[in-house]
Amino acid sequence: MYDTIIIGAGMSGLAAGIRLAYFDQRVCILERHTTIGGLNSFYRLGGRDYDVGLHAVTNYVPQGTKRGPLARALKQLRFTRDDFALAPQIGSRIAFPGVHLDFGNGIDLLESEVASKFPAQVDNFRRLLARLIEYDDLDQESFEISARDVLNDTLSDPLLIEMLLCPLMWYGNAREHDMDFGQFCIMFRSIFLEGFSRPFAGVRLILKNLVRKFRALGGELKLRSGVERIHVEGDQAVGVVLDNGEELEGRRILSSAGLVETLRLCDDVTEPIDQQAGRLSFCEAISVLDREPQKLGYDRTILFFNDSETFHWKKPDELLCDVRTGVICSPNNYAYDPADGQLPDGVMRMTALADFDRWSHLSEEAYRLEKLRWYDRIVASAVQFVPDFRGHVVETDMFTPRTIRRFTWHDNGAVYGAPEKRLNGTTHLRNLFLCGTDQGFVGIIGSIVSGISIANQHCLRE
Amino acid sequence: MTSSEIREEILDILENIAPDEDLSDLTDDVAFVDQLELDSMDFLDIVMELRKRHRVQIPEEDYTELASMASTVAYLTPLMKDMQKA
Ligand SMILES: Cc1cc2nc3c(=O)[nH]c(=O)nc-3n(C[C@H](O)[C@H](O)[C@H](O)COP(=O)(O)OP(=O)(O)OC[C@H]3O[C@@H](n4cnc5c(N)ncnc54)[C@H](O)[C@@H]3O)c2cc1C
Repeated sequence: MYDTIIIGAGMSGLAAGIRLAYFDQRVCILERHTTIGGLNSFYRLGGRDYDVGLHAVTNYVPQGTKRGPLARALKQLRFTRDDFALAPQIGSRIAFPGVHLDFGNGIDLLESEVASKFPAQVDNFRRLLARLIEYDDLDQESFEISARDVLNDTLSDPLLIEMLLCPLMWYGNAREHDMDFGQFCIMFRSIFLEGFSRPFAGVRLILKNLVRKFRALGGELKLRSGVERIHVEGDQAVGVVLDNGEELEGRRILSSAGLVETLRLCDDVTEPIDQQAGRLSFCEAISVLDREPQKLGYDRTILFFNDSETFHWKKPDELLCDVRTGVICSPNNYAYDPADGQLPDGVMRMTALADFDRWSHLSEEAYRLEKLRWYDRIVASAVQFVPDFRGHVVETDMFTPRTIRRFTWHDNGAVYGAPEKRLNGTTHLRNLFLCGTDQGFVGIIGSIVSGISIANQHCLRE
Repeated sequence: MTSSEIREEILDILENIAPDEDLSDLTDDVAFVDQLELDSMDFLDIVMELRKRHRVQIPEEDYTELASMASTVAYLTPLMKDMQKA
């Protein structure tokens, strides 16, 4: 009998597992995949190391800063800053036709860019800063206000509104068109007030530290152990049945599989589920170059682009991908410790919106072909905003919503989960809780904070 | 444990949960929150560490007793007087 069974060895499940194991619970993390990491895992292909998701670890603050999500996450998991070895970004950009805003870690550069490119808006922009809500003060009600309403009410230049929304939606908005104001505040803080960083060794460093600590504290991790069913008696979960038929008992269950995905596992849920799963998924086109991007005159860390004045944040309706907007990440463009040297290859990664249904209905043959075709289109769109690197590509990889679904089991290959979040992490069963993406906090730091806070709230107080 | 041993133990716990804090000039009768960067999660951790290390159960309505070093030691002394220092 376990004190807590955790479904999923992504960031949130591992973080929750550490908290519980640290306080002497018998904890087991069950993961269907053959490896850990979930939406932010890593792999090796053709002799090279790749990260699945990592563009940037958000919420970067200078060493010694005691407040904020990063400090809180490290403290709660008993890690030091050195364990995550975060190197800060060089600098990022929001690029729309004819105008761009550069930003770095901390708000100063963005504020001065707004002042120079949108002089009439700078006071409004400061008013917006004053309206941001602190993490701890976010309740469900203030969370769900429309961010567009707040922005229209505070800023009077529609272009500036689109430009500010673009990175925040790209890095953490599960809702189409608009964004919950609570999510806007979380993302604004994590990207503009705090900022971007990356461990030289990539996401594997963070994951290896998480799993090593979990195991050292006596936690059990079972890979290739998908949960096929959650056994329910009355108003509580009593255990799980694995894909291979094995049964495990637990006093409570914490799931990072997603809300709809988790409810579907419960054997008391027989009616179709009316909650909505997320629909926003991505393709990622990865190009390995024969030189560093800086040798091509390009030094931005992350660039968010949109090719018109209006930013469309929605599932593509007619094509496999929508390449009008995208994110370009150059993992080389971080201020790494000189002792680490440089990454072995130059890399440019780009993300585009993609339609899960269209990708998943292709035959194997067509799928391979469309991957090649859309790699070209995504890169062609990106080089409107960055130097044309296409003559320097030595290797490519591309993943699609189908890949995301295959390795994380999230409905629709959704990256940021369902549009409606469950901030308190509860479900219809009194000992089944949600953490991670569908609880509300996304991204690497967000999902770690989610795992910690749900473990604290629901699994440690008794 | 004596009151001064309990104080040492609390310092050790604080050092463990907030390693970046300088605890050398902590003032005992001033609230922790007025001199250290501690949030509600950290307070829960003080409670949890006491439970983990010494099996001391502190009910939620007593959490306010842990506001400062002085009040914490005063609250814990009767609960921990029969325990041996580890
Ligand atoms: C392409 C891409 C780029 C990204 N870039 C960034 C970035 O640059 N910075 C950033 O901060 N974030 C980024 N993210 C987002 C970030 O990766 C996620 O928000 C975060 O990893 C979510 O963690 P989680 O624990 O909530 O969920 P997940 O990682 O999805 O964990 C859930 C786990 O549960 C497992 N599982 C599901 N169902 C079952 C079952 N029935 N039984 C057993 N196991 C099950 C899954 O296999 C998975 O491992 C990116 C994501 C993607 C896809």
